[in-house]
Amino acid sequence: MNLHEYQGKDLLKGFGVAIQEGIVAESIEEAISAYDQIAERTGSSMAIVKAQIHAGGRGKGGGVKLVKSSDELKETAGSILGMMLKTPQTPGGMEGEGKLVRKILVAEDAYAPDFDACKEYYVSILMDREMKRNVIIYSTEGGMDIEAVAEKTPELVHKEHIDPTLGLLSFQTRKIAFNLGLSGKAFKEMTRFIAKLYKAFVSSDASLFEINPCLKTGDDRIIAVDCKVSLDENALFRHKELAALRDTDEEDPTEVEAKSYGLNFVNLDGNVGCMVNGAGLAMSTMDIIKLSGGEPANFLDVGGTADADRVEKAFRIILRDPAVKAILINIFGGIVRCDRVANGVVEAYKNMGNITVPIIVRLQGTNADIAKKIIDESGLEVHSATLLQEAADLVKGVLA
Amino acid sequence: MAVLVTKNSNIIVQGFTGKEGTFHAGQMLEYGTNVVGGVTPGKGGNEHLGKPVFNTVAEAVKSVSADTTIIFVPPAFAADAIMEAASAGIKVIICITEGIPVQDMVKVKAYLDNYDCRLVGPNCPGVMTPGEAKVGIMPGFIHNPGRIGIVSRSGTLTYEAVDQVTKAGLGQSTCIGIGGDPIVGTTTKDAVELLMNDPETDGIVMIGEIGGSMEADAARWIKEHATKPVVGFIAGQTAPKGRTMGHAGAIIGGAEDTAEAKMKIMAECGIHVVKSPAQIGATMLEALKA
Repeated sequence: MNLHEYQGKDLLKGFGVAIQEGIVAESIEEAISAYDQIAERTGSSMAIVKAQIHAGGRGKGGGVKLVKSSDELKETAGSILGMMLKTPQTPGGMEGEGKLVRKILVAEDAYAPDFDACKEYYVSILMDREMKRNVIIYSTEGGMDIEAVAEKTPELVHKEHIDPTLGLLSFQTRKIAFNLGLSGKAFKEMTRFIAKLYKAFVSSDASLFEINPCLKTGDDRIIAVDCKVSLDENALFRHKELAALRDTDEEDPTEVEAKSYGLNFVNLDGNVGCMVNGAGLAMSTMDIIKLSGGEPANFLDVGGTADADRVEKAFRIILRDPAVKAILINIFGGIVRCDRVANGVVEAYKNMGNITVPIIVRLQGTNADIAKKIIDESGLEVHSATLLQEAADLVKGVLA
Repeated sequence: MAVLVTKNSNIIVQGFTGKEGTFHAGQMLEYGTNVVGGVTPGKGGNEHLGKPVFNTVAEAVKSVSADTTIIFVPPAFAADAIMEAASAGIKVIICITEGIPVQDMVKVKAYLDNYDCRLVGPNCPGVMTPGEAKVGIMPGFIHNPGRIGIVSRSGTLTYEAVDQVTKAGLGQSTCIGIGGDPIVGTTTKDAVELLMNDPETDGIVMIGEIGGSMEADAARWIKEHATKPVVGFIAGQTAPKGRTMGHAGAIIGGAEDTAEAKMKIMAECGIHVVKSPAQIGATMLEALKA
């Protein structure tokens, strides 16, 4: 689960991590009030307005702007709030529709008053799957695309792995600060920053923290100017306050709805819908669709219970997509009995009334033979198959 | 000799008296698996499904010589259950539980380094040696005793492969579901190595999916050590980048993460790679003839 920048900063601040201070606003009035408070606190008329959407590269699409006065703030807040912001990470990239901006963060200008004395760094924390432990990745090349830095100058990207039983050790924080070329007050600040950041990461069961840029200010403080925070969904049961931060506006509405029915659904661009039990088999079914000349319109794992109600809900979600020309149902019955699934399909089909696209049902495993009979004798426009290859051939047939 | 679990394994069920544990332990017993008891803290001294219930794994090891465990404990307590089993001296720990927090598994992995045991899973269908022991949630009847080993990250896709192998007139020595999480106890390479060294296995089906480098690592090992044919498939050729496809481990990231890249490496390492998951059984049959 991803957080907005302002939510991530709140989380960090709660663990004593220094951040670029800001106030979130959903209207121009709130933005003005936020600006006034920040101006009073900093004694400066400069502020940054940042669009709050779940995507990086916001500056590239005009979602991050410096304002120098109250009037500029008003104008900028008005233009960013409600805009469709395109970034390289929004669906379709810079050529896509963009994402609606519902909130902005009005933040202090952390680079003032001595811009030239500031220096940007990169710090992130995540779990390294190879090493099976957490790793802090850091670089002197902050404020840039870290993947490009890693490709061009890999020697400038450092990694520090953390022992899971001992946690982050003091020498490791010193090593990081030294490798970043810091000394004096900034050095000490960085060691504290890293220690607190790591504590926040572990304590919140995060899967990713990315602080880019991590800024050394003119007066040698170390602060997080931006932050990307992803949390481990499996751990939200022990972080109720973090679970409440989910912003479903940022997610695909159909996927959110599917989730509420216990369906694991991902929307795709193709013409053949599919409904499968199990994630691995679902991905394989998408592959079969492609090999049969179609393109998968979705990923859909119905999970362990494929009863009539769930099948019907899945049908309705898939059929909402006008591009869908056929639906392939692929169930391997283990604990789930195929005859029950078959009855579910027939019942759902009848409840739906007019399904106009061909349906191919492949049921294999427990009671597959009874299931095939149920489908074949239902009198419905449903093609049945037992072997995966037969299902593939049927898909090819209906698309031809 | 099959691998990991046999008719001689003394198997206990952690989370024995819960809904999942009860149902699947019943299925395992019905299959003829040597389940010798179970553990549910606070219910020790009782009998469940005709087998003794213990408060701790250590008691089960002492009383009924348990050496293998299958875990059906809810995600919040599953990491603890794995570590309890290891500390009690259990050698084969099979964890079915789905949804264990990643940071819990980071700790588990480090903890297990101190013990001589093997973890399979979590988030897996379990391990099956047909005709001997079903230690998992897979449907028993699709399996047939035989000489093909199967390694897979997925549940129902494993069943698909098993079914095709059976329908091809072959059978399985041991089927190992290694699980779909970012951190698993037994990697693809570990499982392939077990089967490659098993004199009762003649061929191996290796099923992977997008995400991580487990299949590439296994392929490189196979290139150096293969003594029998390996048929491979990677699910997720059509998965878009950066999206989670149900398995926490299945997020496409780096260069070796995609199905295409993995299949290429596997083919270069001498694995019989199938593009269609419908061709697993037939391809194994061909590979054995060659």
